[in-house]
Parts: sequence; C-alpha cells; structure tokens
Amino acid sequence: MRTSILRLGAVLAGAALLSACQLGTKSAEQYGFRGTGMDQINVASAKKTLDPVHVVPPPPYDPPKPGGKPAREAYQNVQVLGDISEDEFSYTMAAITQWIAPEQGCNYCHNPANMASDEVYTKVVARRMLQMTRGINTSWKSHVKQTGVTCYTCHRGQAVPAANWALPAAGNPNTIIGNRFNQNNPVDSVAYASLPTTGMAKYLIDPSAPAARVNSKGSHPSAANKASVMEAESVYGLMMHTSSALGVNCTFCHNADSLQSWNVSTPKRPLAWYGIQMVKDVNGNYITPLKSVFPKHRLGPMGDPLKVNCATCHRGINKPLNGVSMVKDYPALRPTGPMVTAAAAPAAALPAAAATKTP
Amino acid sequence: MARYQNIFTQVQLSHAPEMGIPMKPGSDPRIPATAFNHLFGRFGQAQLGPVYLGWSGLASIVFGLVAFEIIGLNMMASVNWDPIQFARMLPWLSLEPPGPQWGFSPFVPLAQGGWWIMAGAFLTASVLLWTIRTYRRASALGMGKHVAWAFLSAIWLFLVLGFIRPAFMGSWSEAVPFGIFPHLDWTAAFSIRYGNLFYNPFHALSIVFLYGSTLLFAMHGATILAVGRYGGEREIEQITDRGTASERAALFWRWTMGFNATMESIHRWAWWFAVLTTLTGGIGILLTGTVVDNWYLWAQEHHYAPAYPDTGVVDPALGSKGQ
Repeated sequence: MRTSILRLGAVLAGAALLSACQLGTKSAEQYGFRGTGMDQINVASAKKTLDPVHVVPPPPYDPPKPGGKPAREAYQNVQVLGDISEDEFSYTMAAITQWIAPEQGCNYCHNPANMASDEVYTKVVARRMLQMTRGINTSWKSHVKQTGVTCYTCHRGQAVPAANWALPAAGNPNTIIGNRFNQNNPVDSVAYASLPTTGMAKYLIDPSAPAARVNSKGSHPSAANKASVMEAESVYGLMMHTSSALGVNCTFCHNADSLQSWNVSTPKRPLAWYGIQMVKDVNGNYITPLKSVFPKHRLGPMGDPLKVNCATCHRGINKPLNGVSMVKDYPALRPTGPMVTAAAAPAAALPAAAATKTP
Repeated sequence: MARYQNIFTQVQLSHAPEMGIPMKPGSDPRIPATAFNHLFGRFGQAQLGPVYLGWSGLASIVFGLVAFEIIGLNMMASVNWDPIQFARMLPWLSLEPPGPQWGFSPFVPLAQGGWWIMAGAFLTASVLLWTIRTYRRASALGMGKHVAWAFLSAIWLFLVLGFIRPAFMGSWSEAVPFGIFPHLDWTAAFSIRYGNLFYNPFHALSIVFLYGSTLLFAMHGATILAVGRYGGEREIEQITDRGTASERAALFWRWTMGFNATMESIHRWAWWFAVLTTLTGGIGILLTGTVVDNWYLWAQEHHYAPAYPDTGVVDPALGSKGQ
C-alpha cells in the first residue's frame, strides 16, 4: 500500500514537473502547411491584449465640424498644421497634450506668454514628430495600413515613450574588465538571450543600411555572401527583439524550413519588412537629426537621441492598441492632400528651429 | 539476508585495497593512496585509488586547469570581478573568439580574442594528452584501445568546430564561444547563417547515431539489469550455457523482435553508434560554409527535401523602394 502511494506520488510529481509553468487553456492556430510546425499557441490566461496600456483613450471632446478659419491665419508660426481649421487645431492640440504631457499640460512645449515661440525645445521636437506622424500615415501605409498611428501609439501618456533605445556605451575594446562586448547579457532587447545587442544600431538607424540578410542565395559559397556567424548572431538578436516586441514566435512570419525563403513565409513577413524600413525612416530621417535639439539628459550614453524599435508601438502585441484605428478621430494627423515629406523637410526645418531657440 | 546485486550493491566487502598488477619496468609509479567510500560503493566500486598519473595525466590536468582558469577568469573579469554577478550571470557569460577582422591570425590582442585562442590551445593539448593517457593505460593492461579511439572521435568534432573549420574559412570568428548560453545561441545562429542545418545530411546522420546511441544504451542497460537476478553482468562465462542470464537476454530480444545482438556485438554496436555521432557530426560541420553555404537550397536542388506549397509571398525588397 505504502509503495503504491509512493509510486502514485512519484507519477504526479513527474507530471507536475513536465507540465511546465504555463497552466490555463491554450489554443493552437495552424496557419501553414501541415507538419511544418507553422502554428501559434496562445494561452488564454496570458492575454496581454487586456492590459490597459493597449486601450485607446477617448478624444478630449467631440471632434469639431469641418470649416472655419485655417489655423495658419488664426495663429502665428504654425508650420505643419496650417491647413486645418482653427477649431480642429485646438482639438488636435488638446488631444496631443493628453497623450504626451497630461500632467504638465500645454506648458510642456509652449511658453505660456508666447504660444508661438519655439524657445522650448520640446515644441521643436513635437513639430518634427507631427511631420513624422503625418509621414507615417501617408507614406508607410505598407506597414500601418488604414489603421494608422497617432502620437499615442508610441507615447501612451508619457513624454518619452517607454520602449526606446539608444546606442550602447562604447566599451574599451582593449580590456576584458567589465566588458561583455555588447552581448552575453540578459537584456530585454534580445529577449534575454546571450545574443549581441548590436543589431538595432546596424539595421534600425540608417535608411540606406543593407537589409539584415545573412543567408546565401546559392547553395555553394561565393563572394556574394561573406557574412560571418557573428553577423548572423546580430541579426538573430534583432529578430528576437521583433519577436518579443510583437508577442509572437518566429513562425508568425517565417517558415522554420527556410527562414530566408519568401515563398514559404507567411503574409505577415512583408508587413514586418515594411515595418523595419519604416523604423529606419523614423530613426534616420526624423529622430537622429534632432540630436542638437535635445538637452543632454534626453540623450543616450553615446549622445544620440532615444530611438524607436518595434516595441515602441507594439508593446508586446502584434497589433498596437489591439488594432483599433485611432487616427480616424484625428484627421489632422493623416493629411489627404500633398504634404512636405520627410525627405524634403529635415535639412530645411531644423536650422530654423535651432535659430529660434537661441535668444 | 543480504543479497548480492549488480547495481546499488547492498553488500560492500571490506578488505585490503586491491593494488593492481605490477608496473612494467620504466613506468612512473602509481600514487599508492587508497580509500574506501560507502557512497561510492553504492554506485560502483567502493575502493578509490591507486591512481596512475604519469606525465600525460599530469600534463593533461595542468593544461586543462589553465584553460578552465582562462575561461573562468575572463568571465569573472567581464562582470568586474563581482562574485555575486558572476554567479547570477554565469549562464550568459562567455569567452568569445576573435572577430572577423582578425581572420585566422594567431596574433590577436588578448582582450579581443587572444584569450580565446589560448584557452582553446590549452584545452586541445589537455584532451589530446588525455587520449594518450587512456591509450597508454589500456596498453599497460593489455587492453584494446577502443576508449582512446572513441575519445578521438569526440575530439574530432571539437577541433572541427573550434580549429579545423575556422582554418578552412580563414576566420576565428566562425568558431564557438566558451559559454553556456552563448554556445547554444551560436549553434542556432550557425544553423540560421547556413540555411538550416536540418538539411545537412551529415547532421541528420549524426542525430541518427546520437538518438540511436541512447536507444541502444537503454535497450542494453535494461536487458542486463533485467537478467541481473541470474548474474547477467557476468556475461562471458555464461554465454554458451542453457538457462543462463545470457541466453534469457538473447531469447528475450529474439522473441520480441526476431533478432538479437550477441553479448559481444551489442557493445560493438554501441561503440560505433557513439563514435559515429561525432564523426559524422564533424564532417557535417566541416562541409558547412566550405562546400555548402545554404543547406536548404542544397537540399532543394538535390531533391533531398520536399518543396512545400508556395504561399505566394514575394520579397518586398524586389521592385519596391520600401514605401
């Protein structure tokens, strides 16, 4: 009898050990050819989408009716939103305040004595960010589709979006003391693996940077691809970031058969590819040029501004804000007509901004 | 009444230590220290020692210790010599090989991979010396050299990964880091870089032999334990007799699957499976990047792998500027 109880106990203990940590109902969704491991397993109790951080806030008040005096005529120094009505301008400003500086209010960006002044640096940044938001909604539909983005997609009520990154402090390559050479450290940006964290700097800043592709297009070695295994580790680290930022596994986009082959990948993969191009545009054309505008305490250890990655918008789920289109309530952020786009703007806009900043 | 069993032996004989056969003339002396340990006796032989160290054993241990210290102290330095962080971060910590900029040069600054080359050199010397030791001890006992050859097979894979393949590729950066998670992440990255090692036939063979080894080990271990009550571990003396453990073990498999290994052949099977695991594995690694750069494409070209239905997804980088 005692032996049977012991045996039963051992079996139960073994089963408990093997059951891993995630209890709760799971649902498996197959979306690839059978037998290729193309599935996504969701744990009902671990539904991250229920987190209030993913809930879209209501508009500050009912959106104003179209028509009225253009903002350009009502206010001075309106460089981006000049075409919209005075009412819509106020409405948009009220929303932006809620999204970015709910506690500090208008004065976070404006000098209350002279709202038109560009003397507060945050106003210069905000203007560039408005151009960026409008740029994303018009030029990056390949990634944001009709859902679009608003300031809130990144900011979520905080002046600095919670998920950001900057270039890591450059260690002295000639010493091993306190130097892990940007890898072998359990950090969020590589999903707590020992992979290098260098992928973001390589692939998410420079819009003209080569694609993060390490596989050969032919089966035998050639001069066309000399990527090292270390390079592959760096891309792998970046992909781990993407995976954890979206709360999905590799097979959400890729087929594990052949990570590089597009013709066996899922339709999600081109979407993600456009997302990476968009992040390069945002970091390279909008954020990096603001380096001289930001005060020191807003810069990373290498003196570069805090940048975006997949997590900045996605925050752990594959559709930011659960896929709710927020921008439809804020037409000023999605202009329909022609607009000054990123490519034309940065060089022209910034020196002017810097000039107005100096007293 | 006490029973004699062949595992977890319940009776431990107490006697004067068995000192072994006399040494050949010209041999180093054995270290005569011996002891009896009851706990060890529960798992195997209760007598510890005498140990034969010899020049190869001594040098192997010294070189191995140097390699171990280089790796450990590099890891400890990387967390500013903080013992708490060392313990916390140990699975992530690593000693990395030189970067691609150093090619296969033996002269790399210590902090940038020189320590890695040194640790690898000492570790290689250590395992080769240990092979010599197992060879010479087998020789001293008049045994075959199977253990030494099997160990060489493992060393072959170790050297392909850390030295032979990097030499062919002309770059230390192709080698494996010394670290717990880092070497695992390296393994995955290696497969990613070279188009999925799953499609490397030698990798497949290696896995067959690896899994085959565990299966054979389980079958053989289970068989011998199952006939332990008839003294099955005393295989050879029973081999031709009726009703013995040996015959029962053979009959069990012949009745179960129509075929049985013999008391001799089962060990030959096991030895070859184990040896071929690392032998074929090493060939697979050596071909990667030197002869085949993308195993998935290679497998498709040679009809080694099935092509699954096209999903119709195309590379957006072709024919689009990305916007």
